[in-house]
Amino acid sequence: MKTARSIAWARRRVALGAFWQGYRRDREGLFGLVVLVVFATVAIAAPLLADAEGLSLTKATGPRLAPPSLAYPFGTDEDGRSVLTEVIWGSRISLLVGLAATVISMVIGTLVGIGSGHFRGFGGGLLGRLTEWFLVIPYLPLAIVLATVFPPDVPRIIAVIIVIGVTSWSGTARLIRAQTLSIEERPYLERARALGGGHWHQMSRHILPNVMPLVLANTTLTVSIAILAETTLSFLGLGDPLRMSWGKILDNAYSGDVITSGAWWWALFPGLAVVLVVRAFNMCGRAIERVLDPRLRELA
Amino acid sequence: MSLLDIRDLHVTYRVGGGGLPAVRGVDLTVHEGQTVGLAGESGCGKSTMAGAVLRLLPAGTTITGEVRLAGDDVLTMSWGKLRAVRWSAASIVFQGAMHALNPVRRIGTQIAEPILLHDAKATPKTALRRAGELLERVGVPAWRAQSYPHELSGGQRQRAMIAMALACSPKLIIADEPTTALDVMVQAQVLALLAEVVEEQRVGLLLISHDLSVLSASCDRIAVMYAGRVVEEGPGHELFTAPRHPYARALAAAFPVIGDPVSRRAPKGLPGDPPDPRELPPGCPFHPRCPDVVADCREVDVRLSAPDNGRRAACVHTGGVR
Repeated sequence: MKTARSIAWARRRVALGAFWQGYRRDREGLFGLVVLVVFATVAIAAPLLADAEGLSLTKATGPRLAPPSLAYPFGTDEDGRSVLTEVIWGSRISLLVGLAATVISMVIGTLVGIGSGHFRGFGGGLLGRLTEWFLVIPYLPLAIVLATVFPPDVPRIIAVIIVIGVTSWSGTARLIRAQTLSIEERPYLERARALGGGHWHQMSRHILPNVMPLVLANTTLTVSIAILAETTLSFLGLGDPLRMSWGKILDNAYSGDVITSGAWWWALFPGLAVVLVVRAFNMCGRAIERVLDPRLRELA
Repeated sequence: MSLLDIRDLHVTYRVGGGGLPAVRGVDLTVHEGQTVGLAGESGCGKSTMAGAVLRLLPAGTTITGEVRLAGDDVLTMSWGKLRAVRWSAASIVFQGAMHALNPVRRIGTQIAEPILLHDAKATPKTALRRAGELLERVGVPAWRAQSYPHELSGGQRQRAMIAMALACSPKLIIADEPTTALDVMVQAQVLALLAEVVEEQRVGLLLISHDLSVLSASCDRIAVMYAGRVVEEGPGHELFTAPRHPYARALAAAFPVIGDPVSRRAPKGLPGDPPDPRELPPGCPFHPRCPDVVADCREVDVRLSAPDNGRRAACVHTGGVR
């Protein structure tokens, strides 16, 4: 006999299948997905692809500033380390920081957005003003100041994740707030109040499921912003000095006079990695939007 | 003791800087197993009455008078008590079931919502099972609990709303235009279902509609509202066939008599619009549209007459109190 649970799972499989059918026809989205899968595989399999010893200044074996060759496909840096090894290990930190910061950013953005849309009066107004405040503050100086004043006993990588997370939620919050305001006027929210539901019930059972697609579509876009932010902070020397990330490689290259020495490979390959991953996340985000939003589907 | 007892209810909305009096002194009583109809045009205060019973009106609205639900005054209740009373003492069947159901959640989980909120012993599993039983009770197959609102027909959605209204076995059900936007056949089925619920579970039903013919068919008593006041009250059928207040007469006449060529060729309507509640005309608020207007109507604010065989009307012609 079919139980309610098995029926529900069958439905979910069908819905997921339909989503995949739509997504695989989207060439741009497919390209982005392939790029992301490649980078994720590289990040996970980093110990198999490149020896971590290659990151050590003292144990580096290569020649200084050697151009790309068969032995060092991406060339070497000033200390004789393989840039390929650095890019491979850097993908771990860049992706980890990007994803973790996005989770923080989405949680704050969704909570503040729903709260500011749902509560009328003082509380909602306060959350709304807070969002606007974070929107108008120049992002980079705020992140730099926060990263500088963060307690030194917190591991640096955690500090970077938190700094990026708490500075990048305002766009999401504004979007969710607008959608919440429109959902607030729907009769089923009056019904939810009529049947004795409190604020938590209304927000978690009725508003959240309705803003969820928006949150998901926005997530992929936020990931790319977070990865760029990590690169920027590391480039400015505010990242984790002990861990290699793409921004850290770029910072090393910059302080190692990459321009005057003509060692273009030192900066080009980590830079390309950032561009590719950010672009791939954007492509996937837009493809998801196109598949989920029937209005965009009509146009395609 | 009556289930619902409304005494001298005034509701004033806050609009811009000023007040908008939507309900101006209404008395209404609903007993167990009784169906009371509330009729009137859009904007006469019918739905405001429904909202006032569970205190669902927007913040800033001034409500005075008394609304007693099974003896407890809703208007002075604490917030926690009010939340407990909502749906367990009185539930609402909203107009437009499509919009009163959340489009992204399944019917079953939505019907289970009030059960989980009000019954501390209920688990998601038992609540869902009960939701299935409630759907069967209102004539929708139980497997429909797995469906989303858009997968149901209009009639099934309204039945699902009724199932939700029954979820906590309330003694009073308020149906706010439950049959608007349904075709006549489905309308009749939904009304029959409501009548069956009243009959079997001895609940009180407050049926709100603009359609006097719908009300006369199913109500024990009807109150006709105009500009925030009850202008005529009486037994359902009598009020429809022999209305006393000119406004009730106009409402009753707006429904054509089937097979009567006179009403077909010359449908009777009522010229004009209801008055702006902020600028009510002096005297009887109906006098600018009234076909039987006399000099007194422009000056005297008529109130409901003393009951006469269970009927009352607020008109100078039928002994309304000045």
